Amino acid sequence: MNGQFRILQALMLTAGFIFLYAPIVILAAMSFNASRLVSVWGGFSTRWYAALIENEQLMHSAWISLADATLSALFATILGLLAAVSLARFGAFPSRLLFFGAIHAPLVLPEVVMGLALLSCFVALGVGRGFTTLVIGHVTFTMCFTTVALLASLRECDPALEEAAMDLGATPFTAFLLVALPQIAPAMASAFLLAFTLALDDLVIASFATGPGATTLPMRIYSQVRLGVSPQINAMSTLLLGMVAVAMGAGALILRRGARRSRRVSVT
Amino acid sequence: MSLTTVSGSGSAPLLSIQRVSRRYGPVIALDDVSLDIARGEFFALLGPSGCGKTTLMRCVAGFETPDSGELLLDGEDLAGMPPYRRPVNMMFQSYALFPHLDVFENVAFGLRRQGLNKETIAGRVRALLQLTQLDSYGSRKINELSGGQRQRVALARALAPGPRLLLLDEPLGALDRKLREETQFHLKKIQRETGTSFMIVTHDQDEALALADRVAVMRAGRIEQVASPNDIYERPASRFVAGFVGDTNFIDGVVVFDSAPYLLTDFGRIALSTCCLPDGRRATLSVRPEDIHARHDGPGISGIVEEFVFRGDNTLLRVRVGNDVILRVATWDMRFSVGESVMLQFPLDTPALFAEEI
Amino acid sequence: MKKAQTLSRGQRLVLLAPYLWIVAFLLAPLILILKISFSHTVLARPPYRPIFELSEGLAGFWTKAQTFTFDAYRVLFTDSLYINAYISSLTIAAVATLVTLLVAYPFALAMARAPEKWRPFLIGLAAAPFWTSFLIRVYAWIALLKDEGLINKGLIALGLIDAPIQMFATRFAVVIGIVYSYLPFMLLPLYAALERQNPALREASADLGATPMQTFLRVTLPLSREGIIAGVLLVFIPAVGEFVIPDLLGGSDTLMIGRTLWNDFFANHDWPTASAAAVLLLVLLIAPLAALERMRFGQKDLRP
Repeated sequence: MNGQFRILQALMLTAGFIFLYAPIVILAAMSFNASRLVSVWGGFSTRWYAALIENEQLMHSAWISLADATLSALFATILGLLAAVSLARFGAFPSRLLFFGAIHAPLVLPEVVMGLALLSCFVALGVGRGFTTLVIGHVTFTMCFTTVALLASLRECDPALEEAAMDLGATPFTAFLLVALPQIAPAMASAFLLAFTLALDDLVIASFATGPGATTLPMRIYSQVRLGVSPQINAMSTLLLGMVAVAMGAGALILRRGARRSRRVSVT
Repeated sequence: MSLTTVSGSGSAPLLSIQRVSRRYGPVIALDDVSLDIARGEFFALLGPSGCGKTTLMRCVAGFETPDSGELLLDGEDLAGMPPYRRPVNMMFQSYALFPHLDVFENVAFGLRRQGLNKETIAGRVRALLQLTQLDSYGSRKINELSGGQRQRVALARALAPGPRLLLLDEPLGALDRKLREETQFHLKKIQRETGTSFMIVTHDQDEALALADRVAVMRAGRIEQVASPNDIYERPASRFVAGFVGDTNFIDGVVVFDSAPYLLTDFGRIALSTCCLPDGRRATLSVRPEDIHARHDGPGISGIVEEFVFRGDNTLLRVRVGNDVILRVATWDMRFSVGESVMLQFPLDTPALFAEEI
Repeated sequence: MKKAQTLSRGQRLVLLAPYLWIVAFLLAPLILILKISFSHTVLARPPYRPIFELSEGLAGFWTKAQTFTFDAYRVLFTDSLYINAYISSLTIAAVATLVTLLVAYPFALAMARAPEKWRPFLIGLAAAPFWTSFLIRVYAWIALLKDEGLINKGLIALGLIDAPIQMFATRFAVVIGIVYSYLPFMLLPLYAALERQNPALREASADLGATPMQTFLRVTLPLSREGIIAGVLLVFIPAVGEFVIPDLLGGSDTLMIGRTLWNDFFANHDWPTASAAAVLLLVLLIAPLAALERMRFGQKDLRP
């Protein structure tokens, strides 16, 4: 490859990553701005972080969001596992295509439509909206993502391994537990993380599905953001970004260790 | 075809496959297959890919259910018995070793399912690792093993539960050529020492002939011939068997009974030792390259050397006889050059004569 | 190749929970929306007159079916607000998708041609923002695009402009927001398609006398077609129904259907019209959705 292309390539990469990261970095930098004005640097300060901790509303919403994300990710992972096992292992059962289509629909359904549908359903059933309906909404929304991730991982498992286990005297359930599950464990972890992130981040479905007393963090941020830029929101955002960065770093480490292990397999 | 000539014992077979059929949509994988496997026998199912041999093996293991027919193990019907309750174990083609368990735990897997106590399991695993020359590898992970070692772990794991019949799906397929021969001897030795009945599935004729006491050649869901390796090679029951097992020449002609039967071909007459076909019938004779003798002169059918290839222990000639028939002839001691004329002598014994398939 | 089969009891037990869940909380609600979209608007809670109740069964359905109304749909097709919102959603989404493609293609190409050991790191870095909050990423642009924001300040400081350009609260801002937020969705399929191309193909093309530009146009670009289609669909589909970006970055006159629907629902309590708008949105997206599903699953997943 010629030098001209190399220079162009380096430029492209630099420009691309600046475009992706500059807004986030500026946002984080401004959270340490002493000035209330977002575009004027008034010196370094952590006052907005202090204000954040005292903002009980925001803190309460943060807890709601964490609890909701954890619970719904847990349910979504379990349901996703059951769905993925059904799709990967049960052959052509009746109504499989309907199940397959329905389970994948939220991947592409506009969020406003899903939110609307869920809310009308809760109202029609006469269910009071609150934390429970919030979790239900997020499980429905994230379940398709966990199913897709786990289905892909299950398909990568050699079916001969489970057959071998059965051949050696394990019942289908034991074979799945002892052989398939350990292999898809990393996929389960990443499916959980994905569902967790999506639920934590979601604004639209939460706005439809939740009720008074269970206002999520994105909803709180959204209502403040609509009123304009605020350094306190910058601080909150920076905290969230930092959390994600740490989680991703840990995830990358785990993946790398896994990759090294599988590389050793492919070498021999 | 006689099934008991080689297996020797006249007692009831270990596995009796009776009229088993299996189809996948329009594809017929097994078409009315019947087969008996004797106790202590090393049996090979040989055939090209897609001939149904793997399906048959999977039916025995319990991973496939025949559409019709019966499988009897020691007289007991296997129908409805799930794989995990069959006293049959399988060594998978890919080995299917559990990547998250070490060698010891892989071998112990079946024993643990039987609920044996720790000491028994440890003792049995150790004995099997010794048998397969893996004594010091118990704590190794699967991905730290070579291909040959993996193959032996798979064998030890399948033998561990003490199956009455061990199924081996292309057991040597993943090994390189050098290792394969060594492993063939090893497999035979283990089979003899354990006294377990082995049934292997393979598409490799050399492997089947080298390992098995008896071979069944399969084609398109049917069994073409069941016989000893020697008989399969020397007396193939069909044109397909003759072509699939070993290298051969197919010579087309017409059967003629004169004072003695002979095959009238485009390039001359070939005497037939025995012939059960009627006079005037179109037929194909299979003659192995090493059974045709090439001489510089003397009696026989004359031909011209078109090309030759040196093959180490012998030289393979392509000899043109008549107008457009090319015969492959192996020669050990003679030297020929391209364009030279040769005299070909055909064998006296010609068991592989097949009526033209209509 | 397997024939249709019935499930064992254990298998049914496994399937039951996700099946019931998806029927109760996805299929039933979607059918409900369809139903509401044919109802009359009522100022009550729920703010629509039910067409039929499940308990009334099929007979009840037919009697109530007479009260079906297309009022809500009539509104959609006559009210210029809705017509404009649909047109505007489709154009903004289309323009934004095109811009995303133009930004992402050279970026993906540069990553795909980077030294092999760097590639996982680069693509990881490019995909990482996907894991951070979408809302926060959109929010970050407010401070940049405002009249007194960093971009305007920078341009003025450089002497390129005298007075701030209005970017915030315009369609331009919405397009920027979509491009920024959905860039990973475009990057990943493009990168995957470009990365798996055999470098020998380009060498063969050059060997046969093609200039680098010709090689790109005749070899690289056609071979990345699948990645382009996947990326375009992955960006276009959610962009059409987008709510947060037009709401935060767009002006009060930047109509998009997701936003109109939201307002109908929360501000105007006009459920039938909102439901009809949702149904129409799905109808509009059916073709790209079907194309995406076919690409994503091909034959291998649809068959067990």
